[in-house]
Amino acid sequence: MQFFFEVLIGGLLAGVMYSLVALGFVLIYKASGVFNFAQGAMVFFAALTFVGLQEKTGLPFWIVLALTLAVMILLGVLTERIVLRPLVNQPQITLFMATIGLSFLLEGLSQLIWGSDVRRLDLGLQDEPIQVVMDRFGILISKFDLAAAAVAGVLVGVLAVFFNKTRIGRALRAVADDHQAALAVGIPLQQIWSIVWSVAGFVALVAGLLWGARNGVQFALTFVALKALPVLILGGFESILGAIVGGLIIGAAEKLAEVYLGPLVGGGIEGWFAYMLALLFLLVRPEGLFGEKRIDRV
Amino acid sequence: MFYREAGQFKTSYAADQQLFPIRQDRIAMLALLVLAVAVVPLIASNYVLTAILLPFLVFALAALGLNILTGYAGQLSLGTAAFMAVGAVAAYNFQLRIPGMPVLGSFVLGGLTAALVGIGFGLPSLRIKGFYLAVATLAAQFFIPWLLVKVSWFSNNSSSGVISAQPVVILGFAFDSPVRKYLLVLAIVALMALAAKNLVRSSIGRAWMAVRDMDVAAEVIGIRIMRTKLIAFAVSSFYCGVAGALYASVYLGSVEADGFNLDLSFRILFMVIIGGVGSILGSFLGAAFITLMPIALDRLLPWAAELLNLNLPAGVTSMVQLVVFGALIILFLIVEPHGLARLWQIGKEKLRLWPFPY
Amino acid sequence: MTKHWKRSLAVVLAAIMGALVAIPATAQQAGTQFVGITGYRVGPYGANGAALFGGFIDYLNLVNERDGGVNGIKLTWEECETEYVVAKGLECYERLKTRSPTGPTAIHPMSTGITYGLVDKIPVDKIPLITWGYGRTDATDGRVFPWLFPILANYWDGATAIVKFIGEKEGGVEKLKGKKIVLLYHDSAYGKEPHPVLEAEAKKLGFELKLIPVPHPGNEQQSQWLQIRQYQPNWVILWGWGVMTATALQTAQKTGFPRDKMVGNWWAGSEIDTIAAGPAATGYYSASLNLGGKGYPVVKDIDDIVYKKMNKGSKADLIGTVLWNRGVAAAMLTVEAVRTAQAKYGKKPMTGEQVRWGIENLDVNAGRLKALGFNTMLPPVKLSCEDHGGSGLVRFQQWTGTEWRATTDWMSGDRQMVRKMVEESAARYAAEKNIKPGCLPG
Repeated sequence: MQFFFEVLIGGLLAGVMYSLVALGFVLIYKASGVFNFAQGAMVFFAALTFVGLQEKTGLPFWIVLALTLAVMILLGVLTERIVLRPLVNQPQITLFMATIGLSFLLEGLSQLIWGSDVRRLDLGLQDEPIQVVMDRFGILISKFDLAAAAVAGVLVGVLAVFFNKTRIGRALRAVADDHQAALAVGIPLQQIWSIVWSVAGFVALVAGLLWGARNGVQFALTFVALKALPVLILGGFESILGAIVGGLIIGAAEKLAEVYLGPLVGGGIEGWFAYMLALLFLLVRPEGLFGEKRIDRV
Repeated sequence: MFYREAGQFKTSYAADQQLFPIRQDRIAMLALLVLAVAVVPLIASNYVLTAILLPFLVFALAALGLNILTGYAGQLSLGTAAFMAVGAVAAYNFQLRIPGMPVLGSFVLGGLTAALVGIGFGLPSLRIKGFYLAVATLAAQFFIPWLLVKVSWFSNNSSSGVISAQPVVILGFAFDSPVRKYLLVLAIVALMALAAKNLVRSSIGRAWMAVRDMDVAAEVIGIRIMRTKLIAFAVSSFYCGVAGALYASVYLGSVEADGFNLDLSFRILFMVIIGGVGSILGSFLGAAFITLMPIALDRLLPWAAELLNLNLPAGVTSMVQLVVFGALIILFLIVEPHGLARLWQIGKEKLRLWPFPY
Repeated sequence: MTKHWKRSLAVVLAAIMGALVAIPATAQQAGTQFVGITGYRVGPYGANGAALFGGFIDYLNLVNERDGGVNGIKLTWEECETEYVVAKGLECYERLKTRSPTGPTAIHPMSTGITYGLVDKIPVDKIPLITWGYGRTDATDGRVFPWLFPILANYWDGATAIVKFIGEKEGGVEKLKGKKIVLLYHDSAYGKEPHPVLEAEAKKLGFELKLIPVPHPGNEQQSQWLQIRQYQPNWVILWGWGVMTATALQTAQKTGFPRDKMVGNWWAGSEIDTIAAGPAATGYYSASLNLGGKGYPVVKDIDDIVYKKMNKGSKADLIGTVLWNRGVAAAMLTVEAVRTAQAKYGKKPMTGEQVRWGIENLDVNAGRLKALGFNTMLPPVKLSCEDHGGSGLVRFQQWTGTEWRATTDWMSGDRQMVRKMVEESAARYAAEKNIKPGCLPG
């Protein structure tokens, strides 16, 4: 039983890490209907820029963080200006392909600037078990994961405040609900998109720092996007809450499956289990957990 | 002036319904085939045949398969490579386990197996659409290669999971040299492309397009959505399966399920998008573009660097290539979102008047 | 605006087509030994490739500059990016094959997948393939695979050596009885290669073996390590590649598994892996085919001549890393093979067939290693028609937190058992492919 809880808690915490990446997808999809496949590359780009700047300048953490954030905002604005604006009104799949192109571009660019070496990112937090819990309950909980979960919680809180309480946030929600109507009441659509992409860049930065501290900053960071996709289908593309809940469910289910089901079929099922789970779930609820139900009319 | 259909009268339904109703098209098509069959093998080097033309043809077939599903039936799929893997492994096993199995037969059976699997993974399309469906097809993309690797029976219990494919021998004739391989693939691809061209203008093709454009409306006018979508999945997967079998046994010479990964699926999707969604010709153009571009960049960049007298370290060239590739794709989508096929069409329209446009 | 853009698009298209037609493949100067390099510097394993191929090219530069080539025959080379993808590797192979009348000397794919893709092509094209520490294990039997050279140690040598190493740590191989060992492996062809030999070892020595796969790319291993935690093995053998190794080390720390009870194979034992894992890597062991470090005359020569004098080095911070040294050593063996072939066929560029003979008759003994400035970076290599593998020796190293330090001398595992299994497997392959085993004439 202890072991079960250990796996469950570990899974839930891992799920938070997936949610972090999924959040970036949701933000952009909500506001502009773009399925941004470059989110994974953005995570990589952010982490690499952060480590690169740290290495080159030797400035303290917070200043480098601010600099990287500035770079990510610039990236968001440029993406809107160069990629999205000329593609307005194109079918979704075209935009999707454009973001794949963008991800190639970002992957190449970041490695061109900072080199392809594997780097370590030190947030000053070791990935170790918490001793107290270990002694008291014999359950292993990682300090790092707990901290990551806390960061994710704060991030979601900040985003919630941003979306609900600020002017820009309200405009964002208006755009998400109905582009045409938002335009009609005078919300500057393109500006909003720039902001959304910048916010997604910020989320990518946070995800990049946490994932990078975990696995080292290297190309494989781009693959974290693949972990986020089932979270998206499960949670719904348009729901921030869905990204969080979906992440928790996927994380827990995936770990439990690998531990309890994996050995029966030869293991290594994590790569697809989340997708299958999401697929089965979709058959029951095609719009995801918190997605918007669409009604087709002729 | 040279490309005008004026004066070509159709006096029978058969003439009106033929595949290429315009005489110039027929001539061009025939010329192209003659060129491909008779001239190319004579002048192309082994390198061009094996490293450019073979993958081009195979990928064109796979892109064709995906185009049927995405372009004509409107179902976005990110699992193309998985269906190719099914075709490749199935063809290998049919040949291995059924004595006297003809190679072509195994390709067809491989394609049929892929079609069955495709129907299975197409079932969710009855409930879900758009990106939800796209991400759902990723389930196939991750699950199928895993299964093929995990069950070692599929790879004849080879310890590494990589198997070398059987030699391709048809009626005692060995397709072992580059030219022979090329001709074999060319024949299969040309036949299947013609079949596809025919299919998409048949009633089933029209049903696909109706479903793509508005599924509720299609249902109202009496098209059975479920059947139509599943047929699209089956036909598409069949094409992909055959492409996969060719890819493994003729082009690579080895079957490795791990090789059919997400990157390959994306590459094929790129071919469809850049070539032209919903266009048979586009599949070929897209495949040519995506196959040739990296090779061209590979040549262009060192040459340009030399011209500018830059000493580029090897790593840098690879990165620049990646950047340029990404940028070109974005540029392409911005400038011509309907793909190369559309450019071709514009060109044809210009040709009607050219060289006297006034 | 759009019109303008359309035109620019047409220009791009034309440029691409033009590039293919107009730019001639850079013709290699006649009378040089052309080396075709199928490398990878982008993608998930790009960092590994950059170090390997960086060292490879640095050594070729050194030979040209310091020695004026091999017996006066200058080396030329071209690198083609494979991205670790089989299809691209094949394209590169076909391309490099045509670049020079003498062929690409010998190909180092540095990828098991590409190796398998090429196995059937190389006898036809008469191009030898050197797969250093990877690829087909049974190719060690050169009578069945005359063109394939898994030089130094193959995976089965490595796996048995690791078992022996663990045995020594436990105070003797017989102490392994009843012990529990986990093989945590990359779920791919590469990761599955050691299974048969480890299972045989487990049966022979009486330890319990548990195989736990990590799906590609391996950046999330929580569940695997929780399984390990529950199973409580005495040792974990890590068959990792790329991000998987660093993540394994991190997750081991997270789940409280001691790192000095973990042994990696030689692809899971470079600075790239341990630096990414940070302090979590301290104490971790790995087998190695070669030692890292800068204390070899050849490394100093490269630093002085290629980096400082010619300013043509690939990347200064790679010098002396385990993988970079491996690349240098791989280049050295290739060059020595050419030299060996020249001794028989004369001082001119060697063809694939001649290079093949050169590799098969390669004899780089301790004295030769010293003369070349490699000293003890790698064990002596002597090949023959029956044995395309060579010494089978590996050395174990431990990550101190800042560098890899060798903790054992060169040692080998159960070579007899490996040889027997190699011959069985090769014989099976020969029967399947109708190959009559035998040595090729020189």
